[in-house]
Amino acid sequence: MDFSAISVVSLLATLMVAATPILLAAIGELVTEKSGVLNLGVEGMMIFGAICGFIAAVETGSPLIGFIAAAAGSAALSFLFAILTQYLLANQVASGLALTLFGLGLAALLGHQYTGIKPPSSPKLDLPILSDLPVVGPILFNHDYMIYFSILLVAGVWYFLKFTRKGLVLRAVGENHDAAHALGYKVIRIRILAIMFGGACAGLGGAYLSLIRVPQWTEGMTAGAGWIALAIVVFASWKPWRIILGAYLFGGVTILQLNLQAVGVDIPVSYLSMAPYLVTIIVLVIMSADRKRASLNAPASLGRIFHASN
Amino acid sequence: MKLLKTLMAGAALVVGLGGMAHAQDKTKVGFVYVGPVGDFGWSYEHDQGRKAVEEAFGDKVETTFVESVPEGADSERVMTQMALSGAKLIFTTSFGYMDPTINVAKKFPDVKFEHATGYKQADNVSTYSARFYEGRSVIGHIAGHMTETDTIGYIASFPIPEVIRGINASYLAAKAVNPDVKMKIVWVYTWFDPGKEADAATALIEQGADIIMQHTDSPAAMTIAEEKGILAFGQASDMKQFGPNARLSSIIDNWAPYYIARTQAVMDGTWESGNTWDGIKEGMVEIGEFSDKIPADVQASATALKDGIVAGTTHSFTGPINKQDGTPWLAEGETADDGTLATMNFYVEGIEGEIPQ
Repeated sequence: MDFSAISVVSLLATLMVAATPILLAAIGELVTEKSGVLNLGVEGMMIFGAICGFIAAVETGSPLIGFIAAAAGSAALSFLFAILTQYLLANQVASGLALTLFGLGLAALLGHQYTGIKPPSSPKLDLPILSDLPVVGPILFNHDYMIYFSILLVAGVWYFLKFTRKGLVLRAVGENHDAAHALGYKVIRIRILAIMFGGACAGLGGAYLSLIRVPQWTEGMTAGAGWIALAIVVFASWKPWRIILGAYLFGGVTILQLNLQAVGVDIPVSYLSMAPYLVTIIVLVIMSADRKRASLNAPASLGRIFHASN
Repeated sequence: MKLLKTLMAGAALVVGLGGMAHAQDKTKVGFVYVGPVGDFGWSYEHDQGRKAVEEAFGDKVETTFVESVPEGADSERVMTQMALSGAKLIFTTSFGYMDPTINVAKKFPDVKFEHATGYKQADNVSTYSARFYEGRSVIGHIAGHMTETDTIGYIASFPIPEVIRGINASYLAAKAVNPDVKMKIVWVYTWFDPGKEADAATALIEQGADIIMQHTDSPAAMTIAEEKGILAFGQASDMKQFGPNARLSSIIDNWAPYYIARTQAVMDGTWESGNTWDGIKEGMVEIGEFSDKIPADVQASATALKDGIVAGTTHSFTGPINKQDGTPWLAEGETADDGTLATMNFYVEGIEGEIPQ
């Protein structure tokens, strides 16, 4: 057994890459859920973002346009969900699942011509001096821009929900839509915007997968990342900073177990590969041990249908 | 009550007749895939086989497929649905469909089932697989010559005999030409998850591997190899477009001849349960074109190895070979029998690490 063969530096650098798709999707879903809407279509929006971003990046040669297209495409897809659940008052769970199936199918259709193409590579941050620092350089200052963006996005969401009036209104809608409505807030409009923000973030997460992490287009390439993102939101008990913790923990354990295997550590592989899920479950159990606090954290109107006449 | 019975009998008769008339028109053939048909690996090649069946028989057949079917109970539902909708022949194309196939086959004695890469047969269940290990020998030989760090990275899916056989065959062939070669193996416990496959490739490269082999279905590892400037082999499909510089050669599965022959047998009523295990000789396993990066002498020796396998003069597992713990397995000149290969659950001597149980 030789732990020294694992370089902590490259491990930390890779885990950020592995965690970013989940991180982006989860922070978007957090905002959606904070507004009281449960959108189970994250997987579908991610894969749709993955192909929209891929197509746009390949056609224009610009990864930036790819990411913008991914956000726009998935926001448009989530708008479909918004119409179904907010205007037509459809069941959110069923609509979310349908959105996943629809997104997977539509992405496969669009992506038909795009297999086996290499997307333009994304520029990496390259600061003089800082990026060349030992240890700190590769971990902090030598990533693609999306990693920094994802962390800034989490900070932005945290600030928005905690310190701004609009954030407070969004939370009020999620806690008690009847009261918010009685106060004159546009419950449906706010929720639609929250859903579309969630869609845009999921799209960015998907595009990160197809443009940077893998980078290629393959049908079904999200392979369940959307569901992990949904679990991370609960894991984080709807708190933005904990999303980073959850996503990096999950990504970190996944990468660590692969590295431990490659080094040939004497731990049975079965334990290693179940580790990411095991850690997630254990933390979930610990966090929900205090029932009162856990139920306080979940938005009270989560998943409930709002109708103004009620 | 009597009326109801009459109606039901009538309905059954109509359905029965309809079914018969339908059966005379077209033979329905169903395919169950573990990944999406667009994975450009394993499921993609099975779907190419399905298309070949359609092309060969025209409107005499009707094929259907369901993709991304999880291994386990869900697959039973899919197979049952196919059998109920009139399929006469059903190909279930992943190892994990083994018990579900046997279960569903019991309920539909008139439907023929073909299970890929498994070992359980029944009167209406055949098994078929390709001798991928023959291809592994050829690419292992190339890898042994080409590695500069003497480290080959291997992305393994599940610890089943087929995968273990592939690891052993690759290692033996690589070691035969490069005694210092080491194989680092990572188990990802999935057939298809491009993100995870990419992470595994990255981990192996960080641990010094300069050639990646894989037993998973997507071309993600090939893409990573291309990006990091190392070498890799196409798996199940050629994958050249994913790594124009990285790809050295590939193992290509060709299911079309088998699928056509079995469909013909069902049409003729000559279908019998059996166990087919074809290799390079029969064309079920193909070796993709060699890259220019492989020196001419290595290309020649790899071709000679392949020709030897075709001629039957070379076997991937020829003694003396010891098991990992040092106990003798094959004596000098002895070759492995199919029974042992089909249930292989041990590493050969020299491979480090344990097979997950």
